[in-house]
Amino acid sequence: MAHAYTPGLKVLRESKIQKTRLLPLKGKLRVQTGDEVTPNKVVAATELPGNVQMVNVAGQINIDPTDVGDCMLKVEGEAVAKGEPLARSKGIFGLFKSTLASPAEGTVESISSVTGQVVLREAPIPVQVDAYIQGKVVEELPEEGVVVEATGAFIQGIFGIGGERQGEIKVAVSGPAAVIEPADLDESCRGKVLVGGAYCSLAAFRRAMELEVAGIIVGGFNYQDLKPILGFDLGVAITGGEQIPTTLVVTEGFGTIAMAQRTFDLLGRHAGKIASINGATQIRAGVIRPEVIVPLTGGELEGVDARADSKLGIEENSLVRVIRAPYFGMLGRVRSLPPELREMESGTLVRVAEVELDGGHVALLPRANLEMVETD
Amino acid sequence: MSEEKRDYSRARTILATDCGSTTTKAILIQLIDGEYRQTHRGEAPTTVEAPFEDVTRGVLNAVREVEELADRQILDGDRILAPAEGDKGVDIYISTSSAGGGLQMMVAGVVKSMTGESAERAALGAGAIVMDVLASNDGRLPHQKISRIRQLRPDMILLSGGIDGGTISHVVELAEILHAANPRPRLGIGYQLPVIYAGNRDARQTIWETLSGSTDLTVVDNIRPVLERENLTPSRDKIHDLFMEHVMAQAPGYKKLMSWTDAPIMPTPGAVGAIIQTVADHYGITVVGVDIGGATTDVFSVFENTFNRTVSANLGMSYSVCNVLAEATLPNVLRWVPLEMDEAELMNSIGNKMIRPTTIPQAMEELQIEQAIAREALRLSFIQHKQFAVGLKGVQKERTISDAFDQSASGETLVDMMALDLLVGSGGVLSHAPRRHQAARMLIDAFLPEGITELAVDSIFMMPQLGVLSTVNEKAATEVFEKDCLVHLGTCIAPVGPTKKGRTVLEAKLTLPDGTVVGRTLKQGEMFLVPATHEEPVKAQLKPAKGLDLGAGKGHEIETELRGGVVGLIFDGRGRQPFVLPEEPVERIAKLREWSEATEEYVSPQPAAS
Repeated sequence: MAHAYTPGLKVLRESKIQKTRLLPLKGKLRVQTGDEVTPNKVVAATELPGNVQMVNVAGQINIDPTDVGDCMLKVEGEAVAKGEPLARSKGIFGLFKSTLASPAEGTVESISSVTGQVVLREAPIPVQVDAYIQGKVVEELPEEGVVVEATGAFIQGIFGIGGERQGEIKVAVSGPAAVIEPADLDESCRGKVLVGGAYCSLAAFRRAMELEVAGIIVGGFNYQDLKPILGFDLGVAITGGEQIPTTLVVTEGFGTIAMAQRTFDLLGRHAGKIASINGATQIRAGVIRPEVIVPLTGGELEGVDARADSKLGIEENSLVRVIRAPYFGMLGRVRSLPPELREMESGTLVRVAEVELDGGHVALLPRANLEMVETD
Repeated sequence: MSEEKRDYSRARTILATDCGSTTTKAILIQLIDGEYRQTHRGEAPTTVEAPFEDVTRGVLNAVREVEELADRQILDGDRILAPAEGDKGVDIYISTSSAGGGLQMMVAGVVKSMTGESAERAALGAGAIVMDVLASNDGRLPHQKISRIRQLRPDMILLSGGIDGGTISHVVELAEILHAANPRPRLGIGYQLPVIYAGNRDARQTIWETLSGSTDLTVVDNIRPVLERENLTPSRDKIHDLFMEHVMAQAPGYKKLMSWTDAPIMPTPGAVGAIIQTVADHYGITVVGVDIGGATTDVFSVFENTFNRTVSANLGMSYSVCNVLAEATLPNVLRWVPLEMDEAELMNSIGNKMIRPTTIPQAMEELQIEQAIAREALRLSFIQHKQFAVGLKGVQKERTISDAFDQSASGETLVDMMALDLLVGSGGVLSHAPRRHQAARMLIDAFLPEGITELAVDSIFMMPQLGVLSTVNEKAATEVFEKDCLVHLGTCIAPVGPTKKGRTVLEAKLTLPDGTVVGRTLKQGEMFLVPATHEEPVKAQLKPAKGLDLGAGKGHEIETELRGGVVGLIFDGRGRQPFVLPEEPVERIAKLREWSEATEEYVSPQPAAS
């Protein structure tokens, strides 16, 4: 039977989690297989080529490009300090020479007799990558990075902003339908990963940033509140590089939508533990969803199956979440999958699923508007 | 793909897929009573993302749906059966793709408006998204150009500049900048970035010395060997070849897909462009085509025998729908929504479509919001296209005296809405609109065709598949296009010119196929619909009001035949140059509802009580 598959978000109580930590260019590993690592441990480091300056030597000292080679005081590969003479013209009968001082400190990378330009490479830029999660190094990728593994809770959100952070989990609201207000935030929230409910207002998020809260996980957020935080309209959902002090992970969608009970309970169970959180989202090829990871140790593990089964499509009795109006955010069970197309209120003809929603109401919903709830 | 050479002209069954950024579509074409017809269609979400990260899964899901609907075995497990054996399998399997974001390129030329633009046209014609155009005279300093190259991480770079025999220094400088930037591709950490050099042949040696060590450099004929002539074909072909070899091979599952198909996979925009050109050539008309997808909107035009294509890389209906909102601004989207809406609620609705791009509108309100956004995405994309589709710059044309007075210089847009014969729409929101009348309205409201213009849509969004099919079996592609692909919506009649509210803008005398003569008056601000079929044209005498133009000059009457379609003849008195929408919300919503009813946008008219 054909399957309509809408990728689901993971909410896993206990799962093996692997994170590949890679450098942008080849470099050196600082750890080895078997090492236990903390989130801030540097696992690999390298240097990015320094910034480049193109110096128009021919133009600046008024010589022909073909003469640049003869006029250079430094050769390719040689270092030069800022202000140090880089090239000097021959002048007229040895008089009226022009000297060009180097505009920056760096190395002469190339000299062109065609364009008369010289490429100066500035000092390399160091880059490091950390472990991000508490765990163990299970694989080395020579000169590139490592794979860090942990077992613990893994929760995916639908959208986020802000990058990788860590903090102790603190539940800031009374339940998954509650709303985070500025008054709910105080000094005790500094550095924490807060669990919200259905909605976080812009005022509350701004207060969180003032307090340098590490992260907020919430069911809903207003799309129009992103612009004041980011400083621009978010046109395409590619995030993670924002320079903001608080990472946001939205679990349900835009608007006021109660966090799924299962997600709320799972986070609440781990209050007080350290979570690694990342708001990076990319909804295009190579999709990336925001995440919350809570590594567990020894006595905290229940021995549940390490890897959840990814079913290849919605089937009868599948647990699903509705991801579009009407019934947005509601959970339900699939009762049947009629093969024929059905007409919706909008007039669209679609393949549907008959879903019994929480509360008992049965609705015919487009299969494309359902998301598998992946659980363990 | 079968190893033995097959005669594709004798194919009886053809399977064609298109892997879009949101959905993968599969169609089955069969030879029935001596003619090719598209018989079945399946669809599934595209699977380039986790957990599958393999585009072939989405393909198989879509094909399985076709199997079910056609009651025909096409697959053997995870393998397409080809060639057909009896009533199993298919004789040809072909595919197009824009999944993975398609091909994203940078181009560079010496003069932005000359070789820079030619390079851009070559890239667009090959089906690429052009992320940036670098030029020696673009105002950016070398280090800014270098930063930009590093930041964008293009899949490929096309470098051009200088006519053959001219100076080489500028294009060599561009190469030096490229070399200094040391660009890394976005897919695959290991391989070298493909760079195509298509500039002054005298610079080839120096370019080779500069770039061959750090990039995967290929050299082709100059894109602008002399100022008066563009030679785009060698670059376009090379871009396409390299795309297949490098970029597609890196994207998840494409190597496998490439091994399945009987013809090279074409980028979707290239395939749609092929069909648009075919239509223009076949009927000898001017055409504008649009393909509005999840991430991009492609616009194609053929005016003065010149084909042009633009990609609005960030104007689409799902992945980039919030960008449409940002560029159009909320008031411009809201102006098309025929109900009172809370602005925050509207923005959340649009935001949710962005983050869950494969969902479809179930409630009527959701549909109306989507179609409002579609109007803006189409409008903005068309503005970009008009700016780009211009005559060659830098060319001295021979002018007659009247040309000189006309100021028809090269560099002006070729797009002339009064001269436009046919407007064709494609893409989910147009092809899958629940009523064809909605597609007609979106096209009219976004493009504002002038005078007399025929409208059509791709029935189920199969233009890409037919474009690639035409490369192996032109007969099948043309037959299916005429019989099954194009749905003729009808004709839009819109007088051009300023006038006063409520005044008569057009008097029409229509002789219907059965001989009945109907007189209609169109007033400013009004729309009405006259049912008519495409097969039986309506004879029309159309007299625009004084000062208004329908194509024969201001106030001049036109006698012509008008072809209808599944919608009919749409008379649009809302204005052109200017087009007028009331600003006050209550009045605007009332007008939107009036026009919806007049054009039967949401429901068929109720039968009169007997």
